[in-house]
Formats: sequence, C-alpha cells, structure tokens
Amino acid sequence: MADAGMLRFHVPEPEVRPGGTPDFSNVTIAKAGSVPRPEIDVDPRTIRDMAFSIIRVLNRNGEAVGPWAGLLSNDELLEGLRHMMTLRTFDARMQMAQRQGKTSFYMQHLGEEAVSCAFRKALAPGDMNFPTYRQAGLLIADGYPMVTMMNQIYSNEADPLKGRQLPVMYSSKEHGFFSISGNLATQYIQAVGWAMASAISNDSKIAAAWIGDGSTAESDFHSALVFASTYKAPVILNVVNNQWAISTFQGIARGGSGTFAARGLGFGIPSLRVDGNDYLAVHAVAKWAAERARRNLGPTLVEYVTYRAGAHSSSDDPSAYRPKTESDAWPLGDPIVRLKNHLIGLGVWSDERHAQAEAEILDTVIAAQKEAESHGTLHAGGKPSTRDMFEGLYAEMPPHLRRQRQQAGV
Amino acid sequence: MPRRTMIEAIRDAMDVSMGRDEKVVVFGEDVGFFGGVFRCTQGLQAKYGKSRCFDAPINESGIVGSAIGMAAYGLKPCVEIQFADYMYPAYDQLTQEAARLRYRSNGDFTCPIVVRMPTGGGIFGGQTHSQSPEALFTHVSGLKTVVPSNPHDAKGLLIAAIEDPDPVIFLEPKRLYNGPFDGHHDRPVTPWSKHELGEVADGHYTVPLGKAAIRRAGSAITVLAYGTMVYVAQAAAEETGIDAEIIDLRTLLPLDLDTIVASVKKTGRCVVVHEATLTSGFGAELSALVQENCFYHLEAPVARVAGWDTPYPHAQEWDYFPGPARVGRALIETLEA
Repeated sequence: MADAGMLRFHVPEPEVRPGGTPDFSNVTIAKAGSVPRPEIDVDPRTIRDMAFSIIRVLNRNGEAVGPWAGLLSNDELLEGLRHMMTLRTFDARMQMAQRQGKTSFYMQHLGEEAVSCAFRKALAPGDMNFPTYRQAGLLIADGYPMVTMMNQIYSNEADPLKGRQLPVMYSSKEHGFFSISGNLATQYIQAVGWAMASAISNDSKIAAAWIGDGSTAESDFHSALVFASTYKAPVILNVVNNQWAISTFQGIARGGSGTFAARGLGFGIPSLRVDGNDYLAVHAVAKWAAERARRNLGPTLVEYVTYRAGAHSSSDDPSAYRPKTESDAWPLGDPIVRLKNHLIGLGVWSDERHAQAEAEILDTVIAAQKEAESHGTLHAGGKPSTRDMFEGLYAEMPPHLRRQRQQAGV
Repeated sequence: MPRRTMIEAIRDAMDVSMGRDEKVVVFGEDVGFFGGVFRCTQGLQAKYGKSRCFDAPINESGIVGSAIGMAAYGLKPCVEIQFADYMYPAYDQLTQEAARLRYRSNGDFTCPIVVRMPTGGGIFGGQTHSQSPEALFTHVSGLKTVVPSNPHDAKGLLIAAIEDPDPVIFLEPKRLYNGPFDGHHDRPVTPWSKHELGEVADGHYTVPLGKAAIRRAGSAITVLAYGTMVYVAQAAAEETGIDAEIIDLRTLLPLDLDTIVASVKKTGRCVVVHEATLTSGFGAELSALVQENCFYHLEAPVARVAGWDTPYPHAQEWDYFPGPARVGRALIETLEA
C-alpha cells in the first residue's frame, strides 16, 4: 500500500462569511408538488429518499400544487396568515421592548413563523408540545393570551412563572406547551417519555418534540431517537433547520453530507423534509405525522428547512459571522409573503386587506403591551415577591428553605 | 413478622406501589424480563405486564429524560440506574430538568419520579461500581436524597419516595442488599434474617422522608451516619466502649436537623462518617450545620471520617473503605480532644 501521508484535520466552513456574496446554490430544492404523499402506514424503508428531498406545496406563482395540497380551507389559511403576522409583530415589539430596557432578553422567530404556527393546527386538544425557545407560534396559534406572554417576558407581578424564568421560557400545560428549559435538547427525550406514557395509559394523545439544527448534536437527540424507535412512541420528532446555531453554521452539527432528516433513517423512523417557509406544506406534513402517531404507527422525524432571518437573540449580532443580506437570498423566501401571495391568488386576500390587517394586529399587540406594562416591567412597576423566590420548589417547603426565607426577611 | 433482605424489601415496595396505583411504572436496564442485575425487580413484569415494568436501552439520560416526560404526563415512574457510578449521563436531566420542573413552571408541570441507584463500596467494585455520589444530589435545589440502611426502612422509604410529589434520588447501599455490614470484611456476613431490622411488614407502610432514626442511644458523642456506615459506627462504638449516640440520617435532603442538634447539644461532640470522598462531601455540610447550630455546646472540633480524596480503588478496598478501626480512632480522638 502506498504511503498515505500525514493526516489533515477537517473543520467544515459555511460557503460565505461577512463581506461575501450570499450563496445558496448548494441547497437543492425540489419543485413544489413533486414529492409524493405516501400512505400513513407506509413501510419506512420504502420512503428513505424523502429524507433527502423537500416537500413543498406553494410554487413560484403562489399556487398550491401536488399531493400535499388541499387540506386547509381558505378561512383556515387566512387564520394561519394572521397567526404568523401576529407572531412577527409580537416579536418586533418585544425586541424593541428589550432595547428599551423593559426586559433583559428576547428571541425572535423572524422567518420561521410558519413552522410553529402551521404545526399547531395539525394537533388536537390534549396533545403536548415540548418546544424550544423558538416556537412561540404554538402559543399564538392556540390562542394563548399575548398579555400573559408579555407578563412572562417582563417578569412582572402578573408573570405566571413568578419571575423565576428567563424571558420567552413560557409554560402552559393547558395549551399543550411544555415548560421551556435553557438546557438544549433535554425536552426531546422528555417528549418521547410523554408519548410513551400516553401509550402506556392507552390514551389517544400524542406528543411533539422540538429541536434546532445545532442541538441535534446533543446526546439527548440520540436518546430520543433510540427510545422513540424502540417503543414506537406516538411522537413527532421535529427538527427546525434554520441553518444557524448562534454563529455556527449547520454543517458543524450535520457534517458535509446527509440531512438532519436522514438521521432518523438509521433508527428505522420515517423521516421527511419539508419546506419550513411553506405554511401549507408544514401543516400537511405535520398532519401526516400526527395521524401516524395517533394510529399507533409510531414516530416520524420531520426536518423543517428554513432560515433564521433574525439575530439568534437580543444579545447576538449576526453581521459578525454571516453576510448581512443572506436572508434575502434564502431561496425558500418569506413564509408570510408566500402565504399572502397564495391567498391573493385565490382571490380571498389583497394588498389593501393585508396592510389593514397589519395595522389591526399592531394595534392589538400594542394594546396587549400596554396592559402587560401596567403590571410592571423588569426594572419598573410591579414585580413578583421575594417570597415567590422560595416557594414552589417542592410541593411542601422543607425546613431548610423555610429558614432561608426567614433569613431573607420574608 | 416476615424477614426480608433489602433486595426483597425494595422489590416488595415497588410491588405494593404498583398494586395500589396503576400510574406507577418501573423501568431501567435489565429491569424487565430478567428482574434486574440485583434481582430488585424480579417478577414485576410477569405480575404487572410489559407496559408497567420494562427493559430500557442502555442510555441513562434517556431513562431519566423519558421518566420526566412520563411524570409530566401524569405517571409516577420509578426508574433504575444500574449503578450510581453510571448516573452521570443523566445528571443534566436530573439537575436541570427533574429538580427544577415544578419551580420553573410554577407548578404547571411537576416531576414525581424516583431514581433508584445502587451505591457505595465494600464489594471490590473498583472505580465504577463503588461510588457514593450523594453530595452531587444534595447540592441540587429541588431534589430529595434518601439512603436507607436496612430492609424495613428501604421498603417504607421507597414507598414514601414513590408517593412523594417531587423527584427523589434513592441510593441503595448494595453492600447492605443481603445483610448488614460493619466493615469487618474478614468475618462472615450475617444475613438480614438474623437482624431485627430485617423484619419487613407485608402490605403498605411508609417511613417518612426527612426523619432520622437513632440507632444507638448514647451520651458521650454523636455519630452522624447513613447507609453502610451506620453498622461501621455501631461496631466502632462497641469496640472502643465509647457511649456513642448513632444517628442514621436516612434522608439527606430534607435533613432532620432537629434530631441532629438535640443529640449534639446533649453529647457536646460529633463525628460524621461517610464512604464518599471527604472534600466537599455531604459531611462538610453536616459539620457546618453542627458548628452553626451547636457551637456553644461543642467540646471538641467536629470530626469527619470519609473515603479518601481518590477514585475508589480495587486492590486497596479495605485501605480506602472507612472501617471500624478508623471510625473508632476518630471517636477516641474526639472524646479526648
């Protein structure tokens, strides 16, 4: 055998860095309507290629085409558009509130609104999401009060979490939204456990696990896939691939080949990729996966291909690691613009109505913000009590905590 | 009253709990069909079915993480980590998730899980079958940590832990599984059938969490111990002839401080013993609490006898394990100080 020479260490790099011209020519995008819709009891082995394609419904002309189209009524689509617009407006106001010092921290969903908003409508009451910090659309689309979300962000006297949690780490059992943790990927395996519990209890409820592209590298991603596969848990394993994990491009988590969806194949889990900026496609795929879970056919892994158009968080400046105009070059466009154009094409929406809706939504969000701010913001007005800090750790306060509470003078 | 080993008592606790509450599920590595590498779950799968007692993949984070999800759903999982030495992959789930779920969600979600793990040395288990990681749990706000020392308590405490609404770390000294052990490795081991604490009532009973037990009343010195070290301390007291009051803590957190303080105020002296390594071990917390609460009653410095600050060795088992000779010396020194 010939001399192999010295080994060289490989570190993946994104195509372009700041100052360069955005380039997504390496992203292969299937034509809308071109990916078939298998029966839900399909043998996973026969649809392995779906983990490498992209399911899309809306074409360049804004028309809904192919086998994944036709599930939603015009009213449902109009409602979906409103949810996405509401989330975007909510984000903009809260980002501004953070800049104004009304809270310490915020994380936007810019460009990813379709993923959580459309997904929520595919679930039934009682199902449970195990979200990350970037799925607030699940709450918006389920009618969770914006004022309550803002109270949490402001850590004010009306904060349902009593000021104990960082902003955007919401929790609502009633709305099928599991308590968010700062520790990445932990909820992924918990979702599988919740789904196992539903099956153990012979219930009809299903769970949805959420994770970002970067966090798929965490061990709990693997744990979740093993357990979901072993016990055929009724869970939808969602991977939101927005291309970026703070400053780290998705190739650091994924490597140079394959897809995040393909990670499911080794576990025997049917794995689909979907256009994450296509409201109709997201909903249709979620519905397919939900039905599989509900019919005891087991887990489905879904990769949502999207782009994190905003900064990672209010503490992040993306211009330090990627071109400023990269989101404009993203080939799957903007989820709100695409649904808007589709609805205009259907003749049920117009630019005028859209502008009017934008104004109405802004008014609603501002009104909610005023109400929330009447309960205080992080540094002004009403706030949770010092006593709240000691309570609720255990069902019953143990003696050592009672002593510490007394020492704190409360 | 029937006599049972600690293994049988632990199994009985799960049996009783599963029989009373269908929300109780038991799983872990080799826990299902085989009944556990220590036989603690033997027969449970046959009796309650595979959906109540089942084998898990070799993935500690997965076992604890899925249990947390089940608890959020409304079940009461009692899971097993095969050895406490292997809990580290689950440490993120235990400390950042299970411990904080109630607090961070303001009671919206809760985590009534029990995580059983065989702990402690004295069995030639070497580095990864002998560890006593309790201080890594007592340092975590939101967890409860229990260490039984006999079959009667093991059953009562485990039932109490399963019924507790919060996450409980249940550390089972594997050296005590078949009989009490006082550190005299050169003598034959007495089985639990010969020991009064091997008497384990049938059916349901609990031993409350957060309550210590005085194993030997005495007036000269207070010994704070738990797990295997309770018997080592008893042997040391007998062999030195020192009238020690030996307190079996049973629950490390919440801690029964009242019992500790009352005893030290009476004796004026205190020795803390544990198998775990000394530095930042739970003994440091106990020593600090005694000093804070009993300063004006203390007639000698609080002494600590613990495992050395090394990984648990194999060949040097009995040089490492704090046996009755070492504990006895500490008793004498503290008494003469």
